[in-house]
Amino acid sequence: MSMPMYISPEQLMKDKADYARKGIARGRAAIGCTYADGVLLCAENPSNTLRKVSEIYDRIGFVGVGRYNEFDQLRIAGVRHADFKGYSFSRDDVDARSLANQYAQALGHNFTHEIKPLEVEMLVAEMSEEDGGDQLFHLLYDGTVMDMTSFVVIGGEADAIRERLEATWSREADLSAALSSAVGALAGPDRALVGDDLEVAILARQNGRRAFRRIEGDDLDALLA
Amino acid sequence: MTLPLFIPGDDPGPNFLGLLDRLGVGAFKPTGAFDAAQITHGTTVVAIRYANGVVMAGDRRATTGHLISHRSIEKVFPADSYSGIAIAGAAGPAMQMVRLFQLQLEHYEKVEGSPLSLDGKANQLSQMLRNHMPAAMQGLGVVPLFAGYDARQEQGRLFQFDMTGGRYEERDYAATGSGGLHASTVVKLRHHGGIEADEAIDVVVEALFQAADEDSATGGPDPVRGIYPVIATITAEGFERLADEDVASRTSTLISRLGGAS
Repeated sequence: MSMPMYISPEQLMKDKADYARKGIARGRAAIGCTYADGVLLCAENPSNTLRKVSEIYDRIGFVGVGRYNEFDQLRIAGVRHADFKGYSFSRDDVDARSLANQYAQALGHNFTHEIKPLEVEMLVAEMSEEDGGDQLFHLLYDGTVMDMTSFVVIGGEADAIRERLEATWSREADLSAALSSAVGALAGPDRALVGDDLEVAILARQNGRRAFRRIEGDDLDALLA
Repeated sequence: MTLPLFIPGDDPGPNFLGLLDRLGVGAFKPTGAFDAAQITHGTTVVAIRYANGVVMAGDRRATTGHLISHRSIEKVFPADSYSGIAIAGAAGPAMQMVRLFQLQLEHYEKVEGSPLSLDGKANQLSQMLRNHMPAAMQGLGVVPLFAGYDARQEQGRLFQFDMTGGRYEERDYAATGSGGLHASTVVKLRHHGGIEADEAIDVVVEALFQAADEDSATGGPDPVRGIYPVIATITAEGFERLADEDVASRTSTLISRLGGAS
């Protein structure tokens, strides 16, 4: 008689977590932080077409790192969730908190029930109409969700980047100051990042209904200069 | 409301209508005919292409049978930043179609990461009209105009539709709704090849004025309540609605030109 294989639940969860963390740590990092006019989303991403930073809804933005196909599927599900909710009720009823909870449910379910955990770490950001009300939700591969109002770092070497950002970030910073502090934190002391290495977008209060704007090309170079 | 995740074979892609179908809130299918006299109708809309854009305009009246049911409804809407939609026909389904069309364009843009081409947008509207055909056959027809700035061709473009989803690109102007015939006669007489934005706006003001003069379902300018046609231009700078004060002053210029007291 063959013996069924036994793995202790502790070991199983630990192995899954290690697997997911390893996958995420391989990728480059991204930052979401609040600044004077709203929220800045900044990712190190040499690709011009495969996006890490995206628009979800009027005042909601998304950043994903890790395995592209996995966070992109979740991004699209988020767009669908938000658009359907806004269609069923009103645009004002769509908020990042409910979306973050939905993401947490999906990630948590996947982590406990599937063999392979999702190798993703995500950030859902919501700009508030009032100064100081912006919210950042940080989601981990196992469904853990944390809310912040200052900044969130996701992806590889997050701890070192967080430490650097802590030293330079300020809520009152204007866009170019916020961007240079984010880019400095992503690059570290030994590297310099240029426009082509970055993917940058903002959710800004002066942008009207759809607050999400990408900053690319010459505009980005001018801000970085 | 759970996260809408789909397996690859069943994924609706960037299609918002497909998503609604899968979530169980698909198109409305009426089972019997409606009495046209019981349905609220929106009436006259008109659009003119000019040198570097399109102007769209609509009167503000909605009627139910012989009654005026609303004096200040709007029939001209932005479809997205660079296009607009104007509607005539059964008001309820028309408003719903506008809302879905706006959502579809935005949804596509967000899911795909880039906006639809102008032809793509026009075809999308055509498809929505075709889906609406069963309701149109029961007396709930919707007849829109669609116009936008085509960044690839660097010009404004204008499309007319019929109830069956037929899509017809117009080179100069288009009008639809109960007063559309009168409106398009005015435009036809005043239109010329080199028309510019300012003149085109004056022409649509006059077209709607004359349509209201002949057609009971089209509302004229209402200075007592301060209600004027909704007029918008679409150019490389995007969709822009004219201020009511601007339309009011153009209207009073028109009235004095026609010999009335303004």
